Amino acid sequence: MTRTHQTATEPQLWDDETLDWLEAEAIYILREVAAQFQRPALLFSGGKDSVCLLRLAEKAFRPARFPFPLLHIDTGHNYPEVIAFRDARAKELGERLIVRSVEDSIRRGTVRLAHPLESRNRHQSVTLLEAIEEFGFDCLIGGARRDEEKARAKERVFSLRDEFGQWDPKAQRPELWNLYNGHIPPGWHVRAFPISNWTELDVWRYIARERLALPSIYFAHERPCVRRGRLLAPVTPLTPPKEGEVVEPVWVRFRTVGDMTCTAPVESRATTVEAIIRETAETMISERGATRLDDQTHEASMEQRKREGYF
Amino acid sequence: MSDVLRFMTCGSVDDGKSTLIGRLLYDTRAVLVDTLEGVSHASERRGLSRIDLSLLTDGLIAEREQGITIDVAYRYFSTGRRNFIIADAPGHEQYTRNMVTAASTAELAVLMVDVRQGLTTQTRRHALLCELMGIPHLVIAVNKMDLVGYDPEPFAAVQAAFETFAVQAQLRADRRYLPISALEGDMVVERGERMPWYHGPTLLEVLESVPSAHTGKAESFRFPVQWVCRPQAADDPTLHDYRGYAGMVASGSVAVGDAVTVLPAGLATTVLAIELGGRSLTAARAGQSVMLRLQDDLDVSRGDMIVRSDEPLPAVTRTLVADLAWLANGPLDPRRVYGLRQTTREVKAKIDSIEYRWDVASMRREDVDTLTANDIGRVRVKLSAPIVAERYEQDRALGAFILFDPATGDTVAGGVIREWA
Repeated sequence: MTRTHQTATEPQLWDDETLDWLEAEAIYILREVAAQFQRPALLFSGGKDSVCLLRLAEKAFRPARFPFPLLHIDTGHNYPEVIAFRDARAKELGERLIVRSVEDSIRRGTVRLAHPLESRNRHQSVTLLEAIEEFGFDCLIGGARRDEEKARAKERVFSLRDEFGQWDPKAQRPELWNLYNGHIPPGWHVRAFPISNWTELDVWRYIARERLALPSIYFAHERPCVRRGRLLAPVTPLTPPKEGEVVEPVWVRFRTVGDMTCTAPVESRATTVEAIIRETAETMISERGATRLDDQTHEASMEQRKREGYF
Repeated sequence: MSDVLRFMTCGSVDDGKSTLIGRLLYDTRAVLVDTLEGVSHASERRGLSRIDLSLLTDGLIAEREQGITIDVAYRYFSTGRRNFIIADAPGHEQYTRNMVTAASTAELAVLMVDVRQGLTTQTRRHALLCELMGIPHLVIAVNKMDLVGYDPEPFAAVQAAFETFAVQAQLRADRRYLPISALEGDMVVERGERMPWYHGPTLLEVLESVPSAHTGKAESFRFPVQWVCRPQAADDPTLHDYRGYAGMVASGSVAVGDAVTVLPAGLATTVLAIELGGRSLTAARAGQSVMLRLQDDLDVSRGDMIVRSDEPLPAVTRTLVADLAWLANGPLDPRRVYGLRQTTREVKAKIDSIEYRWDVASMRREDVDTLTANDIGRVRVKLSAPIVAERYEQDRALGAFILFDPATGDTVAGGVIREWA
């Protein structure tokens, strides 16, 4: 008598065929940037999307050094774990990291805050444009994805910005086949998005497949929070509880990391990449809907920021 | 194991493209709760009594102001059988260039026709552009069946009219006709019960079953050199003589040890190594981004093409006969020199002559002196240097090019190669 051996098999965590396709396209786009521009830079914040970009850049350019520096626009309101990770990763790769900070723009007077604890998220645009001018960058590579937000869903892979860093969604260049056109007027620059066609789930699957390290706050941990409507707001020195709010320890993880004042964690017990993949596949709330305190106010707040030079 | 199908929706304005995409996303449960709430609030603010699904894709301020689609929105969903990338393209004539952007990467087009309007000029233009862009599968979605009482006769009339047009225009794409109501959801994901006379597949069933381009036929090896890797400045002296040619395999495959020829110069050598991210591979196939190292130290740069010596060599030419979709607001100026980009190669180009322009309304070939915005026409092109050419219907990667204005950098036309002298 034969005995069938039943084992509880995990559902497949990723699909190599799709990831290979997305990876090959992203490498192609990175190499187009290297070939078509004089002074590109890759925006590296320490977040999960830019972590993927670094692995893709290794696949595109090794054994050579990257043909561009890494650039981070630091709002001064980042989680310390993320900044430590950013520096360690750049060092490990042996690549040049340029940091420009909103704090310096405030000191120069080019950024003026309405009040000291105001979110610095939108002010990044000013510091970014100052860095572009300082270094003469003609292309910035970013980890934005079209599934993040409805204005991003409309954006080209090579997205033109005028001298003021403005995006004009009504006058985008036709972008045919994979013939990305990097010819631009003097003073303009391009924002290039190699992982445009990736979804949040693709990013996590790639992180799992490539065994990429991430800042610890992406994984579930206990942290003091307050509940604001549907969102959880982390309690930090920069984001103290408001009057009447109850601080409670909650098991959370961050789906996206950014400025402390506008990034909310989600409740989760997922302490591994595999658990996060399972949660991401099942969630009914979008990444931005669950995590951004600043996108809730207006139907088109992202588009408006992008028109002003925001990434 | 699932694959990726890229498809688009097109057709006249107000034929319901964005509503259809909204319906597809909604009925396949690809819309997340907060997104739906946002759309629901936006619908209420507009005084609508039900959720306007088109607001799921029309996300720009100006689009919501005018209730039209201006630029392509890309959306992603998965059914377990397949992953989909949808390009929701605008219908307005003014934004035809954005429709062409979506068409250039689509493998299937859903052409929307309002059952009450029948074929409009814009329907015909979009069908022709799909043909020009070589989209192999065309689904003619006859929409708004709810407004004609789900009657089979107006549907049959649209089908007959489109077939007449398709024969006249010599469309090669395979064609399927579907009666649908994007608003009510009939025949999109669910069959509904109001069209028992229709026995064909639903839209989702078509999307899940058509063959995608990734499962295509084997072709000759074509490798446009994208970037030359020379890490001389590295601290590692063993890399001093390293020379890698980076690129994406456009078609076919190659293995270590294969004899190859570098075009247009015609230099012969063999493949020494194939690498990806510093890791060695034994072979590379279409769609892979890799680095090739060659046996001999040849002068190879971006824009050159590496092919296998044991396969038929492609044409190397300085003249082209091509179909153009003119996308710029200003007209084609035959006196000017344009930039032409094909694969990774850029050369200068002059339009030698305009053979004809399609009159989209009458489907006649017209004699003209120029092409203006949204025109489709056949031209002869003279190039400043040779390119490695292939007919577009043979090879979408080598047969396609763009023209750009050297003064502004703007992309002014998309072109497909038909033949050469």
